[in-house]
Amino acid sequence: MIDPTVVDLSRLQFALTALYHFLFVPLTLGLSLLLAIMESVYVMTGRAIWREMTKFWGILFGINFAMGVATGITMEFQFGTNWAYYAQYVGDIFGAPLAIEGLMAFFLEASFVGLFFFGWDRLPRLGHLIVTWLVAIGANLSALWILIANAWMQNPVGATFNPATMRMELSSFYELLFNPVAQAKFVHTVSAGYVTGSIFVLSVSAFYLLRGWHLALARRSMTVAASFGLASALCVVVLGDESGYTANINQKMKIAGIEAMWRTEPAPASLTLIGFPDVAAHVTRDAISIPWVLGLIATRSIDQPVEGIDDLVREGRQHIEAGLAAYRALVALRQNPNDTAAKAELDKAGDDLGYALLLRRHTDNIADAIPAQIDQAANDLIPNVPVLFWAFRFMAGLGFYFILLFATAFTLASTRRLDKTWFLRIALYSLPLPWVAAELGWIVAEYGRQPWVVEGILPTFLGASSVPVGTVIASIAGFVLFYSGLAVTDVALMLRAIRRGPLLPQTESPI
Amino acid sequence: MSAIPIPYDILRLIWWALLGILLIGFAVLDGYDLGTAMLLPFVGNGDAERRQVRESIEPNWEGHQVWFILGGGASFAAWPLLYAASFSGFYLAMFLVLLALIIRPVGFTFRDKLPGHRWREFWDWGLAAGGFVASLVFGVAFGNLLLGVPFGFDNELRLTYTGNFIQLLNPFGLVAGILSVLMLAMHSGAWLALKTDGDVARRAGNTARVCAILGAIVFALAGWWVAKGIDGYMITGAISHAGPSNPLAKSVTRAAGAWLANYRTWPALVAAPVIGIAGALLVALIPAARIRKLTLLASGLAVAGIIATAGIALFPFLLPSSTHPEMSLTVWDASSSQATLFIMLLATVIFLPIVLAYTAFVLRVMHGKVRLADVASRESHY
Repeated sequence: MIDPTVVDLSRLQFALTALYHFLFVPLTLGLSLLLAIMESVYVMTGRAIWREMTKFWGILFGINFAMGVATGITMEFQFGTNWAYYAQYVGDIFGAPLAIEGLMAFFLEASFVGLFFFGWDRLPRLGHLIVTWLVAIGANLSALWILIANAWMQNPVGATFNPATMRMELSSFYELLFNPVAQAKFVHTVSAGYVTGSIFVLSVSAFYLLRGWHLALARRSMTVAASFGLASALCVVVLGDESGYTANINQKMKIAGIEAMWRTEPAPASLTLIGFPDVAAHVTRDAISIPWVLGLIATRSIDQPVEGIDDLVREGRQHIEAGLAAYRALVALRQNPNDTAAKAELDKAGDDLGYALLLRRHTDNIADAIPAQIDQAANDLIPNVPVLFWAFRFMAGLGFYFILLFATAFTLASTRRLDKTWFLRIALYSLPLPWVAAELGWIVAEYGRQPWVVEGILPTFLGASSVPVGTVIASIAGFVLFYSGLAVTDVALMLRAIRRGPLLPQTESPI
Repeated sequence: MSAIPIPYDILRLIWWALLGILLIGFAVLDGYDLGTAMLLPFVGNGDAERRQVRESIEPNWEGHQVWFILGGGASFAAWPLLYAASFSGFYLAMFLVLLALIIRPVGFTFRDKLPGHRWREFWDWGLAAGGFVASLVFGVAFGNLLLGVPFGFDNELRLTYTGNFIQLLNPFGLVAGILSVLMLAMHSGAWLALKTDGDVARRAGNTARVCAILGAIVFALAGWWVAKGIDGYMITGAISHAGPSNPLAKSVTRAAGAWLANYRTWPALVAAPVIGIAGALLVALIPAARIRKLTLLASGLAVAGIIATAGIALFPFLLPSSTHPEMSLTVWDASSSQATLFIMLLATVIFLPIVLAYTAFVLRVMHGKVRLADVASRESHY
């Protein structure tokens, strides 16, 4: 009934469009705040160079912002077009933060971004500064609500299943709002955006300093980026660690997958620095481990074990069996809504209902699943270990590299030696790295959640719409064509704007 | 979640009204942006005039577009079944709308970044095509709501849609699409006449008047068609207005003239189509170059009246099913839970007035005409 090709294609399309969208989001987050900082300096000191800097980086911000908005609309559409069952099954909870995002954040950002560009001559200095800050605040609030929605998919709190409507319904808005995963994700994601914005400014400024162009603008920009970037890079790593801790509470399988930890280790667990996960044999070869560290990160203790994949699959099997009881009760309730025994059974085991739904991939009739099918469904719980293992290690490695890069920049800037050619080259060539890190981060977060679209509640393959394969192929083809054209144009216009530099003549002065 | 102070049926009614307000807000505010894009190559001759046309909306359209984004988000949160069924059912139509909307932010921002004539023509026509396609598809979709679309649910509420994109382009759907295009062309003509000067303003004013007359005729024709030629839907038997949101527990029949039932029950509602026609006639009759703000107001009222006319006819249906009428989505069985509707209402009551306030502020900062002479003497702001 559910066409697996449609599911795979819908996943592919979502992954492509989401990763593409997130090429623009972090730069919007970081650059909007950097613009607000630069313009604040202008308003406080009254020095025209800072206004010119705000305008120049504003042009680049504008190109990127347009792409972020354009590709963001796609995301909102896709939950409905390609994930209709997901939308109807959890829309009661998931839709709320999305709608509030529009109401509270995107409206703010989008209404004032026009004034940022068109209001320079129509608003007093302070008025324009407030507009710039409102754009930055809007962008960051927008990230907050989107991440509250995303965090609910990782840690679905505050919701219960309602058999009368066959869907999950909100039981506590407070829990949805103050989901600990949302908080950890928000700070990790926005500070990653600040790092991206800072490296962008750092690299472009380094390019100017190497060429000897626009020196006053480049030096000042670099100093701002170095200090803001250092603080942000430290935040990303520290708060990324907090993400690891919260993930371990309800997404143990994700942690085990990231660490390629096949068997539960006695406490405190050691952290595998590097090694080669062997998926067939359930072992990690040639591993170099650091004692204690994983136990500290994941459990904040030295006496609790971190569970391994094999044990988690065994636990998953028990959840599936409990879920089956809930599912059979649900079937009974559908035939007779007044069946009190079934109602009681569903209340008891309802939390595991989602695990029974995993069986749909192996049998059309879940209620009659045989033990072999239950084993298959339990094995589905294992995510793609090598991808998680490596994606995480590259991301974390880049995180530490950014700290080093900004610490160097900061030291050089405070001793007025920013024109060292070796450093400028490194800064220039580091330009793509924050994007690589951000995309890897999302791969770890979302691919690591599979087979779930909502952890423990709804399997991904059930969430897809029942639409014809040809339609999805058509839309993927359309996206690939359209998005490739936009990507080429975006990069070309960015490079052109950078080569042109600030439009007005400027005054040279030492930092 | 206990003790929600507003009854479920009242919340559903409020959210039906709010969905209408969001749609009308989108059509009135972003409608003139879409229409302006659509008219761009026709009312503007040469680079300076084209820029004049675009600059009349550039500072504001991005904020206006959020009405649509919010409409989508609010239907996801308040009417998840409607959101799921309409977006997946109208898959390719939605994909077209998406491309049409994506071209706007990049078109406005990218167009003046390079000087080439062909580059700029490409984006001008791209923006025009985007405005036209979005206006047309919105109208076509609305028309098909009145006809009913082919979908059904299994007993786990998994939706299957059995139609395709071409079937949406039936005669009535196309008439509704044309009405939508005329309506937004009229509205943006009135906007441009107010916001610009010289030849652009003159051409825009003429466009507004012609489209207003044609729009009023097509609207009347569509109304006659709905009354005489289309079977409406009605719920037969009892349906609990505060029951669980499960669209499998009612019976529905189709009958000629059923879409007029609400107008027969509450004759005062005829105000909606009257405002639609009267607004359009005012646009056509108010003399050129006079009281242009009044023309824009009249055209905004016409847009609001026309959309409200269709919404009232459909009530309490949100999305009727032509193949399984008893599974149609209605206000009473396709909403979110009472808790979600209540919380979303609180958020709306707090934030929507703030949004309206700063939208008005931004429009006021950018008030005044975009004059050809000013535009010609300087570079683009982006």
